[in-house]
Amino acid sequence: MRYVKPENLKDASALIGGEEGISRILAGGTDVLVQLKAEMVEPDLIVDVKHLDGMREIVAEDGGYRIGAAVSGAELGEHTGVKALWPGVVEAMELIGSTQVQGRATMVGNLCNGSPAADSVPAMVAADAVARIHGLAGERDIPVLDIPTGPGRTSLAKGDIITSVFLPARPDHASDAYLRFIPRTEMDIAVASAGVSLELDADGTCRAARVALGAVAPTVVLVEAAGAALVGTKLDDAAIAAMVQAAEATCNPISDKRGTVEYRTKTAGVLAKRATLIAYARAGGQK
Amino acid sequence: MKKLHISTSINGDEAQFICAPDETLLDVLRDHLGLTGAKEGCGTGDCGACSVMLNGRLVCSCLVLAGETEGAEVETIEGMANGDDLHTLQRVFIEKAALQCGICTPGILVAARALLEKNPDPTDTEIRYWLAGNLCRCTGYDKIIKAVQAAAAEMRSV
Ligand SMILES: Cc1cc2nc3c(=O)[nH]c(=O)nc-3n(C[C@H](O)[C@H](O)[C@H](O)COP(=O)(O)OP(=O)(O)OC[C@H]3O[C@@H](n4cnc5c(N)ncnc54)[C@H](O)[C@@H]3O)c2cc1C
Ligand code: FES
Ligand code: FES
Repeated sequence: MRYVKPENLKDASALIGGEEGISRILAGGTDVLVQLKAEMVEPDLIVDVKHLDGMREIVAEDGGYRIGAAVSGAELGEHTGVKALWPGVVEAMELIGSTQVQGRATMVGNLCNGSPAADSVPAMVAADAVARIHGLAGERDIPVLDIPTGPGRTSLAKGDIITSVFLPARPDHASDAYLRFIPRTEMDIAVASAGVSLELDADGTCRAARVALGAVAPTVVLVEAAGAALVGTKLDDAAIAAMVQAAEATCNPISDKRGTVEYRTKTAGVLAKRATLIAYARAGGQK
Repeated sequence: MKKLHISTSINGDEAQFICAPDETLLDVLRDHLGLTGAKEGCGTGDCGACSVMLNGRLVCSCLVLAGETEGAEVETIEGMANGDDLHTLQRVFIEKAALQCGICTPGILVAARALLEKNPDPTDTEIRYWLAGNLCRCTGYDKIIKAVQAAAAEMRSV
């Protein structure tokens, strides 16, 4: 194994692009090192990117925030601006692991590790977050939704490095929330999870809604029908029931020791409902 | 494997070491530098026995590659006492018997100090969440929480 800290992104992409063996980009290492120890993935090349320009910065941009790919959960949680604009994304990231894991783990690592239960991903998808990618052919922007393609797999090409995630601006009366269910109170993997982002009119009518679910399909899923069920309503019982039904209908989970198909499906619906109500209250909606 | 030559600061002293690229900070502390305070309970980020501060952040040293620490500031349990003068947390842990076998203790002390620097007056719940990544197989945690509270009160009063 080689450990390399390249001088710039171009060199980093070229190094990975030219590696014939297994390579891994290193952010916080809380997945990479665990997989190395477990001998699940033994890389020939590890490319550290945390020191590269802008990787550790959070920058205000067009009313939203650009979050460097190496910003840790602890750093994100201390940023009052991001927390005020996208509380659901921040609370999702802060759920990951322990204080020690928070000191290192990044949203981008969480995304690129490709777990369907990755906590920050439903929240980023609900937020319509966009990843900026530096690849062998230059820079491009791709919605976070389009990055995971299956458990442990992503649409990133060899040499692609995510440099930041952009959380967009939002109008007044808008907010988001994320909830997961785990059998313990801390340090566990989601049985099911839901991220919800809402935009309301001044009178509390829902103008736009995005509902994303985790751990109930091979990738995090955006349930468009669930969001659509809320639009034009003030979240009356019928609208919520239609949203839950759409969420449940999308679930295609596995059964394992954490939960059966039925249990995961039901739990995902309940979490979608609760996250919707939290996002609604945060956005200033009154019920 | 090509070895790496690393210069870093450990407990305020300059330290240099040579390591393999797949060695962790914990491996280097324990096996090359003789700093055996940090323990390896699991090696996978679950137990917190290997907790150290890296550039002012609490981390699991088993999940940090030693190569990543070039130019970094590392603080371990060995730097907590001032010569023979124990840190308040260390003294109160002994007085209140907040340990039995002691394997978890260095990690818990490093983590608890980081908490009190950020939040000098935490609630029991805040302590429990902050220390959720520090497992103890012996004490049942209550004595640990009480000792952190007692030390925090003492530290606030000086
Ligand atoms: C004790 C413990 C508890 C945990 N609890 C949770 C939990 O509750 N919820 C949860 O979702 N996860 C959890 N995790 C998993 C892990 O902490 C998260 O997935 C974390 O966000 C990974 O981020 P990282 O920066 O450490 O990634 P790394 O380990 O550095 O990288 C992860 C993957 O992403 C790739 N990658 C990293 N950066 C980039 C980049 N810039 N561009 C392209 N690819 C990149 C890497 O090559 C690797 O494949 C836990 C892990 C531990 C050890
Ligand atoms: S040895 Fe590092 S967390 Fe257990
Ligand atoms: S005192 Fe034995 S593990 Fe905590």
